[in-house]
This record gives sequence, structure tokens and C-alpha cells, in this order.
Amino acid sequence: MCLAIPGKVLSEYVQGSMRMAKVKFGGIVREVCLEYVPEAQVGDFVLVHVGFAISRVDPEEAERTYQLLQEMDQLGELDEPEFGEIATHAAKGGGS
Amino acid sequence: MKYIDEYRDPVLAQKIVEELHRIQTRPWVIMEVCGGQTHSIVKHGIDYLLPKGVELVHGPGCPVCVTPLDMIDKAHAIARRPEVIFCSFGDMLRVPGSQDDLFTIRSQGGDVRVVYSPLDCLKIARDHPDKQVVFFAIGFETTTPANAMLVWQAHEAGLKNVSILTSHVLVPPALEAILQSPHNRVQGFLGPGHVCAVMGYSQYEPISARYRVPIVISGFEPIDILQGTLMVVRQLESGRAEVENQYSRVLNREGNRPAQDVVANVFEVSDRTWRGVGTIPGSGYRLRSEFAAYDAERVFDIHDINTLEPSNCISGEILRGIKKPHDCPAFATECNPQHPLGATMVSAEGACAAYYTYGRHLSMDRERLVTISTGGGA
Amino acid sequence: MNSRDGIAVAESVDMSEKKQLEFGACPLPIFDHKHIVLGHGSGGKLTAELIEKIFLPAFTNPALDKLDDQAVFEVQESRLAFTTDSFVVTPIFFPGGDIGSLAVNGTVNDLAMSGARPLYLAAAFILEEGLPTAQLQRVVQSMRAAAAAAGVQLVTGDTKVVNRGKGDKMFITTTGIGVIEHAVNISADRARPGDKVIVSGYIGDHGMAIMSCRENLEFEGTIESDCAPLNGLVYAMLEAGPEHIHCLRDPTRGGVATTLNEIAARSRVGMRLTESSIPIRESVQGACAVLGLDPLYVANEGKLLAVVEAKAADAVLSRIRQHPLGAQADIIGEVVAEHPGMVLLKTGIGGTRVLDVMFGEQLPRIC
Repeated sequence: MCLAIPGKVLSEYVQGSMRMAKVKFGGIVREVCLEYVPEAQVGDFVLVHVGFAISRVDPEEAERTYQLLQEMDQLGELDEPEFGEIATHAAKGGGS
Repeated sequence: MKYIDEYRDPVLAQKIVEELHRIQTRPWVIMEVCGGQTHSIVKHGIDYLLPKGVELVHGPGCPVCVTPLDMIDKAHAIARRPEVIFCSFGDMLRVPGSQDDLFTIRSQGGDVRVVYSPLDCLKIARDHPDKQVVFFAIGFETTTPANAMLVWQAHEAGLKNVSILTSHVLVPPALEAILQSPHNRVQGFLGPGHVCAVMGYSQYEPISARYRVPIVISGFEPIDILQGTLMVVRQLESGRAEVENQYSRVLNREGNRPAQDVVANVFEVSDRTWRGVGTIPGSGYRLRSEFAAYDAERVFDIHDINTLEPSNCISGEILRGIKKPHDCPAFATECNPQHPLGATMVSAEGACAAYYTYGRHLSMDRERLVTISTGGGA
Repeated sequence: MNSRDGIAVAESVDMSEKKQLEFGACPLPIFDHKHIVLGHGSGGKLTAELIEKIFLPAFTNPALDKLDDQAVFEVQESRLAFTTDSFVVTPIFFPGGDIGSLAVNGTVNDLAMSGARPLYLAAAFILEEGLPTAQLQRVVQSMRAAAAAAGVQLVTGDTKVVNRGKGDKMFITTTGIGVIEHAVNISADRARPGDKVIVSGYIGDHGMAIMSCRENLEFEGTIESDCAPLNGLVYAMLEAGPEHIHCLRDPTRGGVATTLNEIAARSRVGMRLTESSIPIRESVQGACAVLGLDPLYVANEGKLLAVVEAKAADAVLSRIRQHPLGAQADIIGEVVAEHPGMVLLKTGIGGTRVLDVMFGEQLPRIC
């Protein structure tokens, strides 16, 4: 249901009444409909599913979250389990 | 490739796996909802990296597998008609109906074409004004905007020879059906990242609250799935049950409004039958009456369908994560119990062939495959 | 009922009782075909079934039963290699080649994979009524050039014409004969535990070049077919010691994964590959990512897989890399005694994946 790949917008144009773009994926270029991501600009990365951009990749958010991941072992901020809640959860959830 | 390669970094993956090992204190059953996530797990061998106590169960997130048999039979009946050019995504070509599949129909003379985008059908319709172009419009909410645009554009252009056979399904009602089952084992979910790129994730908040299950909306690359799993396990270990967004580089709570608007103009929510599960209310889309001219079920009069649903099918239980494929009577000798694919992998790469060959791998147990993946080997 | 993992397990059903599997939502592909379908020609499981159920029983003999891409036999003290192949590719002209160069190189390569020096080709043409003569001329010139490059001569042929609509423009069948000059013993059943698996360069180029031309799946880019004659490369490899080379195969239909599975099955060995060692162009990765295809199952027409004794592997690899067609060659895995018949891939992320044989035709997916 969900094969969508990020690609870079190279150019935009109008075809019929639809806003279209040439989008680059690795080394190939494909035509993509931009109607659902009106804010996309040339140079942006968009997420493409069956020839439609369905979202814009936010480069700042990507950078921020990736950094956090890489620093994970230095963070040491994990929630320590609270036994009361775990007991409740186990009573409800574990097994049929 | 940017935004793909960095999410396949083995060093980062190992960090996440180590963290999982560190925090996990008891077994957990987590379901990844989307077929694309299942595919990624198999393709990258992710489940062999996880700690033994974290079990990934594969969900109903493959529109191919949940399309009911009578809908497939209708598709085949339409495809057989000489005046029809039947267009479909590649996924559906090999799915058998009561008698044939689209490949065999093609071998018998049917004009069956694979398309990458629903918009391709517009061009085919314009190039063949004497033919009826019918598009098999399957998919979850990720694909609905594309399918809606096909109908919208056909309508705007006044095309008279295009229609769609609608088999859209929605995720939230499916999750509820899973959670309502008395045999449910699933304790947390990796939510469908691309569905939520379109729809946002507000629909999952009441589900998480009502059933007290963590739902972490996750992407598809290995790091996304591993991080999503880590976030679910963290919640489970601390007794939280919230909706979190692992895939924040691509989606937010509201989702894609322009896409939602076009979908709402063209489709309305309806009941849908899920193969092996039955009818789930409000779990699908149908075309609004203004677009009846584009509804293949109304355009084509199909009464001579003879759908043979087998009686011993346990697919519903597989789809809901209650049983594994090895429990399926026909697969008892074929599927690897340590590595169940669920009913999700009818894909053109022959992943469905993997169904058959996993029987060969019954002797290859998880311990040894884990050793191979973490230690020796080329 | 017995219990596994605390979950009730249905009793196994004897598979032999269930012939036609009609199903619910594990929608299994059809196995029992009353008509030939496209998947039968894809080089995967369906093709294998056809061979096993229809061709082998009719024609069985020692040479055929080996099921290599060529037959090797002795005629009056010469060891000869003999092969045939049909070419039905659409479109007939594609980036990097055409049906003609494919027809010459495909057969040259099948001969080369036995270690033979390809000598002579025969070519049979089936032409569709209405085919522009200029296109035939273009294909023939391409074949002339390919034959010259490979050092073979086209010595006999045949031409037929079929009615419009019955021939998809042009089909070509080439048959080739070559002589084995080295003390080689190369066959799909010769892989041994400890051997290394080498690929001669980038995978997936040909299949994706074809895909880029297919209706509705077009994309722009520079993917060209890798169609090329491999006999020169093979000879360079044999100079490092012919006895060290156990298997040679060009991974055409079904790709690297299918070909290695065939070798693993015939040799009754397992294989372990490392994903990060497998050379793939960025453009092929991009195209596969967009369409949902796996490069390991995409056809190649100018690459070879070699299974080589471990102690000679580095020397052989070095020879391959010195050849223009082998610049990106690498060792991608090894042969093991465990899990015979199964090919495992250590994925880039550090996981493990079972690489199976392709089922039918590989199609783009959305799921």
C-alpha cells in the first residue's frame, strides 16, 4: 500500500490543468504530479507514490531527528519503567 | 540515494538494537500495519536483528490480500470483455480469482496492461476512444488521492471511456477489528507511515486511548522500522499508550489537506468486505453518486460471477495476527514458523514464491540465522 | 491439536491431497496452468516447472539432464560446446543494444560459460509481415558488428515470415558451437564449500534498460543495456588456472539471485552473500526503488557469475578487473556446506534474508 520514494524536484511545469514536475530518484528522472504538494519548490525533496508527490521531506526535521538517533547512547534519558503501570499493562495485554 | 541510504546505516541500526536489548524486560508482540513495512522487514532481514522477546507480527496492510474474492472475480469478468482495456498496478496481476488470474486472462486474449500511475489510464483512454478503459483502483489511503485524481481529471476532461473498479480500504477500522478480537495478541503497533502522510495521525489517538495500545507511526527504511520498534517498546516497558510520530520528516498530525480534499470530493466512506475477515463498517471508499459514470460496477453489468470461497480458510486469523501462516492447513509444511510473512506478500518479486520455499527453511531456525547475521559469513 | 508458542496449531494437511489450492487471503499464485502464461518465459519457477514437467521427460539424456546453459560433449577427441537461445525482446531497439546484438552475444556467452571458444553461429529469423525492411537491416548490421567483436562467424541461417499480428516484429533464434581448449571442468554442479562467488560488474543494467522503454513505465536516465560478449573475459580468467574455476553462469532472466539458486541446488551447497559487496549503479537503484523491483532479480546480458576455488579467488578477481568488461567486479559471497540449496544474503543493515528463486515475471508494485 505504501511504496513511496523520496526524490528531488528538478523542474516544474503545467500539463493540462495539473502541476507536474520532473523528479530525480538516484540516477533516473520521472514525471510526477505535484498537485498535492503545492508548496514544493525546485530543489525540494518530495515523497512519491504511484506518480504523485504526497508529501514534502522536511530537511531540518530529518537532520534534527537523525542527529538525536546518533546521539542516542549519550542521552541516557530513558524512562525507567514504573512498576505499577507495567503490572496494569501485563494484566491487560500479555497473551490471549 | 538521499533520505534512503542514511536510513540503512548498519552502525546506527546496531545502536538501536543494542538499546532495545538494554530496555526490554519481557516479551512483546508488535504489529507492523503496512505491507510495505513487512516487505522492508523481510528484504533487510530486520526481524533477525531484534531481541528474541520482541516479536513482529504482520498486519493486514496489503490491499492485494484483503481484496475480496468476488471483487477479483468482477475484475476478471470485466478484463475478459473484448471492448475493455483493463489497467492495473502490477501487484494484482498474479492474484487468483475463482478460476484465473489476470495473466491467464491475458493469455486468452484479454487486453490487460500494467500501469505505474493511475494517470496513465487517461492517456490510454485518449489513445483508444473506441475502447473502455477500466482501472482496478485498489489501495489504502496512500493511493486514494492518486485514484481520485484520475476520476477528477476524467470528469474535467469529459472522458466517457474511463471507469474505475473501486476496492479501497481504510486502516483505522481494520486496527479496531484486530483489537476487538478476543484472541488478539498485539500489544503495540508500528503505524502506517505513508497512509498517515496523507491522512495525518489524529484518527489513531482515540484507538490508542480506547485500547491502551502504543501506536508509533513509522517509516519504511530499516532505521525507521527499528526506531519505531524501539519507541513502541519504550512505551510498553513504561506502561504508556500514546500515538507517536517516528516519521516526522515526512508527516505531521494533520496530514496532507489538498489530498484529503480531492479524495472527499470524489469518494465517500462506505462499508467494505475484507477477504477472510468479513464486512467492516466504514472501512472503505466508494465513488460519490455524482461520479457514477466512472464507477465500473455500474458501467458494466456483471451478474454471471460465480465466486467459490473455500471453507477451510483461516486467512482472517492470519490477517489479524492471531495465527501464523504455518497454522494455515495448506502451509503447514511450507511456511517457516520463525519467519511468518503473513498474508501480505503477493508481490511481483516472487515474494509469494517465498511462501512456498519457506517450507524448505523450517530446518533453519532463528538461532542459526541470527548467528549468521551477527557474526560469520562473507 | 498441538501447541506451539502457546498458540493452537491446526493439524497439518497432507499436501498431496490438495491439488488445486483455492484460497482465501493468502492468494497463492496459480501453479496448474492449462495455458502458457508469460511467467513461463521469465526464467524463474514457472519456467523450471515447464522444463521439469514437459521437456525433460520427453528428451532426457546425460547431456541435457545437466541443465547447464550449454551442452558439452566429445566428438572424436574434441570437446565441443553447443547451445541455442531464442530472442523475443520488446522493444527490438533499446538503449545499449537491440535484438540482434542480444542474439549474438547471448549465444556467444552461453558457449563462453563452459570455457569454450565460440566459433560459429546459426541464426533463424521469424519476421512479422509489415516489419519495415530498414529495421531488419539495422538489426542485421548490429549482428555483424557483434559477431566481429566476439570473433565468431554467422555461417548459416533461415528466414520465415508470419502474418501481421503473429510475430511481434521479429524473433531471432541463434545456435552456437564452440571448442573447449583448456582443461576445464565447469558445470553448475561443481560448486564446493569454501569457494568464493564473484560477479563481474554492475547488476541490473539490461533489465532496467528494457523496463525504461516499457509503456507506462518510462523514465529518463542513462541506463543502458550491458549487452556484451564475455568470451574474452572468460579466457582472461582461465589464464589464472582453468582448474580453479568451478562454475560460470551469466545471470540473464531471473537475475543473480535465480542463477545462484540454480547453482546452489545443482551443487547441493549453500551460499552466503554480502549485500554491501554487490555492485549496482545508482541509476539502477533509483529505477528499482521507484518501481518496487529488486536488482538481484533483474536480467543482465554482459555479466558473469563465477564460483572459484578460494585460494585462486583473488587472482581470478584481479584478472577480471583488468579486463574492460570487469572493472567493477567483486567477491560477493562464498559457498558453504550448510543449508544446501539455500542462498542467504547478509543485508546492508546487518540482517539476514533468504534469497529465493523468482516465481514468474517481475512486475512493478505499489505495496
